[in-house]
Amino acid sequence: MKPFFPKLPEAFVRVGIVFALFITTVSFARWMLPASLKNRNEQRQATITRETAKAVHYAGSNACTECHEKTNATKSAGYHRNLSCETCHGATKGHAEDPDVKPATDRRRDACTRCHLYDPSRPTGFPQINPVAHNPLKQCVTCHKPHSPKPPHVPEECQACHAQIARTKEVSPHVRLPCTTCHTVDVQHKVTPREVPAKIPSDRSFCARCHSSESTMKETQKVDFATHGEKYLCWQCHYPHMPELHAYGTKTLR
Amino acid sequence: MERRRFVEKGLTLLAEAGVLGSIAAAAKPARAEPKGYDASKHYYGMGIQIDKCIGCGKCVEACKEENNVPKDVAHFRTWIERYVIEQDGAVEVQRVDPGSNGSHETISSENAVRTFFVPKLCNQCDNPPCVQVCPVGATFKTADGVVLVDADRCIGCRYCIQACPYGARYLNPLTDTADKCTFCYHRITKGLLPACVEVCPTQARIFGDINSNASPLARFRRMNKLHVLKPSLNTEPKVQYSDLDGEVR
Repeated sequence: MKPFFPKLPEAFVRVGIVFALFITTVSFARWMLPASLKNRNEQRQATITRETAKAVHYAGSNACTECHEKTNATKSAGYHRNLSCETCHGATKGHAEDPDVKPATDRRRDACTRCHLYDPSRPTGFPQINPVAHNPLKQCVTCHKPHSPKPPHVPEECQACHAQIARTKEVSPHVRLPCTTCHTVDVQHKVTPREVPAKIPSDRSFCARCHSSESTMKETQKVDFATHGEKYLCWQCHYPHMPELHAYGTKTLR
Repeated sequence: MERRRFVEKGLTLLAEAGVLGSIAAAAKPARAEPKGYDASKHYYGMGIQIDKCIGCGKCVEACKEENNVPKDVAHFRTWIERYVIEQDGAVEVQRVDPGSNGSHETISSENAVRTFFVPKLCNQCDNPPCVQVCPVGATFKTADGVVLVDADRCIGCRYCIQACPYGARYLNPLTDTADKCTFCYHRITKGLLPACVEVCPTQARIFGDINSNASPLARFRRMNKLHVLKPSLNTEPKVQYSDLDGEVR
């Protein structure tokens, strides 16, 4: 074995090694460790730096208003005035920085029932619906504009007497049809309703205009009139003010 | 021979550690807050109006999105509880799963007397038990009153999770460190609202400066009868509730 530092006594070398180790450890702890590991304030500052440097995902509604003035004006006048844009559209920091990145817009019924589904724990007076009874086959946005939601309106002159029909029709797929789409009403009907009744369609061909499989009408339920219940009039099975009541049971659209 | 090699190796290791340490020291970050922000001038709090919460869970979703909280149901910084109080005084509490439509069917009891939602989050206690118990000093209160966790120092021992009387902390499975609500510290220091407050559709959550007379929080504190959760623990929460039912724990 070759001696380690032959000119020095071995005990001296050992003490030297121990001393060198001690010096290295002390200087490491003293000068080389980052301050954030030793100093409590430095450590906290480093944490605060890390926290504040995190990326923002939600831009805040002020960022939206800068460009979307018109939509904001509509929204500020409606029932959704206190909603932040990002409540429905999701995090939009990306869109605020680069308008080509489009934020998500959820048009499904689920997006609305998230807040407006009937729930007994919700505060009294908050507008809520039963999605099974409330026009189950139409998207909410067909009738309610999300930026200024209002219930669709039945002509007042009809509603004044036919309130029950109006309420039924309000939540049915036929809600957007004025009463006069199907009924021809003489002016005299308002004066002497029983003597001059409102007219109803007389045969199947009237419904077929929208509901036969040959019809070009969009968004309607279509059937083949040649084979579907040819012996009957449509309204013997389907109640025109709430057509889905019999036809679809509790089927709902998501 | 063996000993010599050991000493040589030990010295090499020490030298390497020294170099690494100096690199880490050189990479030390500059001063903390964004420009123009003085933490000592603020003292944040939150107000929650129980009467306005509809339990939609938008706040929970936004929080997860904003703070990179794992999207599964077991991890959350804020959450909503549904309370059902029955005729015989029994109290049923369920956590609401955000976005689970059809929640209207979940009330089982026929004799429910009262039912309502309670949003919960870290109370940012003025006297935080989680800070007291941390064995490595990784969690602390900032000058503006927010309790933060130093993820670099946290050893993931879960002591703080046990100590929090409100159950507001969780162990982040991505980092294996304790995580909690920070009032969206990266947002509020830039003048933005916390994500949950931003998206709440009914203004059930109100955020602001406790010391300011002009913040929406000041109005909330003036116009409502306030209460905090578990006041007997003397944690002095900075999240205050209005219309809070006596059964809420």
